[in-house]
Amino acid sequence: MIEAVLKPGGDAATALYIVAFSLFIIGIKQGTHPTTAKRGNMIAAVGMAVAVVATLLLDGMGNWGLIVIGLAAGSAIGAIASVRVQMTEMPQMVALYNGVGGGAVALIAWSELRHGISIGGDIPLEELIPTLLAAVIGSVSFWGSNIAFAKLQDLIPTRPLAVPGQQVINAVLLIGIVAACVDIAVNNGDPSQALFIGILIAAAILGNLVVLPIGGADMPVVISLLNAFTGLSAAAAGFALDNVALIVAGTLVGSSGTILTLEMATAMNRSVSNILFSGFGGAPAGGGGGSGEERPHTSIGAQDAAIKLAYADSVVVVPGYGLAVAQAQHAIKEVADELEKRGVPVSYAIHPVAGRMPGHMNVLLAEADVPYEQLKEMEEINPEMPRTGVAVVVGANDVTNPAAKNDPDSPIAGMPIIEVSEANEVIVIKRSLSPGFAGIDNDLFYEPNTSMLFDDAKKAAADIAAEIQNL
Amino acid sequence: MTLFTEITIFVLAIFVGFEVISKVPTTLHTPLMSQTNAIHGIVMLGGLIVLGYADDPLEYVIGTIAVAFGAINIVGGFMVTDRMLGMFSKKPKPKGEGESK
Repeated sequence: MIEAVLKPGGDAATALYIVAFSLFIIGIKQGTHPTTAKRGNMIAAVGMAVAVVATLLLDGMGNWGLIVIGLAAGSAIGAIASVRVQMTEMPQMVALYNGVGGGAVALIAWSELRHGISIGGDIPLEELIPTLLAAVIGSVSFWGSNIAFAKLQDLIPTRPLAVPGQQVINAVLLIGIVAACVDIAVNNGDPSQALFIGILIAAAILGNLVVLPIGGADMPVVISLLNAFTGLSAAAAGFALDNVALIVAGTLVGSSGTILTLEMATAMNRSVSNILFSGFGGAPAGGGGGSGEERPHTSIGAQDAAIKLAYADSVVVVPGYGLAVAQAQHAIKEVADELEKRGVPVSYAIHPVAGRMPGHMNVLLAEADVPYEQLKEMEEINPEMPRTGVAVVVGANDVTNPAAKNDPDSPIAGMPIIEVSEANEVIVIKRSLSPGFAGIDNDLFYEPNTSMLFDDAKKAAADIAAEIQNL
Repeated sequence: MTLFTEITIFVLAIFVGFEVISKVPTTLHTPLMSQTNAIHGIVMLGGLIVLGYADDPLEYVIGTIAVAFGAINIVGGFMVTDRMLGMFSKKPKPKGEGESK
């Protein structure tokens, strides 16, 4: 027999919510170091349990059968997915979680509006306006995240898909949404539910149209931005429901997403609006690259590479997303192990946008048992480059292109890069000389101290490890 | 709660959020994102309240889906974060295990 004990909006419920969000903040704070982060995650999870139990104890709660079904179904899906997901698929998973979070908010907003209508009388604007905001932002993030998921999962092409007149359609949709919201707010005595559903649909189309034209290389920014959106939508729902836990938790998520968005955009030296509205990130496939003329480059095999590495003073590995695609992180770790056995220090230089989401490459390398102390950030490793014996570029391209520094006319001019060309020698493991996401030729490949090893990253790394062993 | 109390909480939470999260190192940004996914699952409270007080079929459906979505966020988010962080806190394997062949 469940006896409800807490009054909705009462002191006891609010006190428990305050405990909950305090635990979220402590949990995130513990997440600032790899050794304490796991405990921090537990603390945040305890906070969530407190919040959920407090809500279940609210006076007058009913429909327990449906609550159990919803909880059980969601928990099962979440648990299975979290165990099965590959680390290379984390961006998709986070995109999907952003999506369901936004979707939940949009549904709650719809229900809140129906609730307000059924009570009758004027719905207070301080409740109605956040409800509308939650509906719009939630719906945009649900659909936008689904598109991002589909792109990352290769269900739809990752290249930018532009609709003719895109900007005009987006603007019209946005104006329509705002107008409909104003209409509902003005008629708050008898708001039109059909109009509200219209808002949800228009926001859904907007979410699709905003993400479709964004290329694969820009996904780290998109995921972070949608993360921020879902957070804000939760905060808006908190205002609508007068719930402090939602307001604080949603705002924390919103801050996190915003920080990551700005950091990713800085790492690409582009503004967020440029990323969202320019359809770059894969568009100019012919621009600059493949202009016909063969530029001279040095090509080597695994044996030569092994010798260069084994007798180097120090080695810096520069991994890119290509490493993850080839599943080469374990093979690279083996090369590093062989080198360390011979006394060659190895570290890894991680560009902020090396993966498909913030910090992605670090997780992939951690999965391959690379100690996090060896993972160096770009600002940390660049000053050490001139003292580095050999820099090995695996599956990375644009983030090592010296044109970003030297050629003011380059499309990537000004983008912060890992300055591998400063190292004594550079080995680039790559299938061909083809350009990367930005669609431009990489000057690094043609520098005199660069050797190209044309092969699949995984195979090349395995060969090099074997050759070092034979030395 | 008055609207202005809520706005006060919101603004302070922005500052706390920026302060705390900007100290999270790049290495941990992916787990941070999946953890914020889980924290975002707090919207399940909204779903529970909606469903707990629902009294017509459409709201039953909306509420149940919202609760399920929230539960996916909470359970999936915390579990996958835990799994990832386990990789970071793992002790380096004793020498010889992966290299014996």
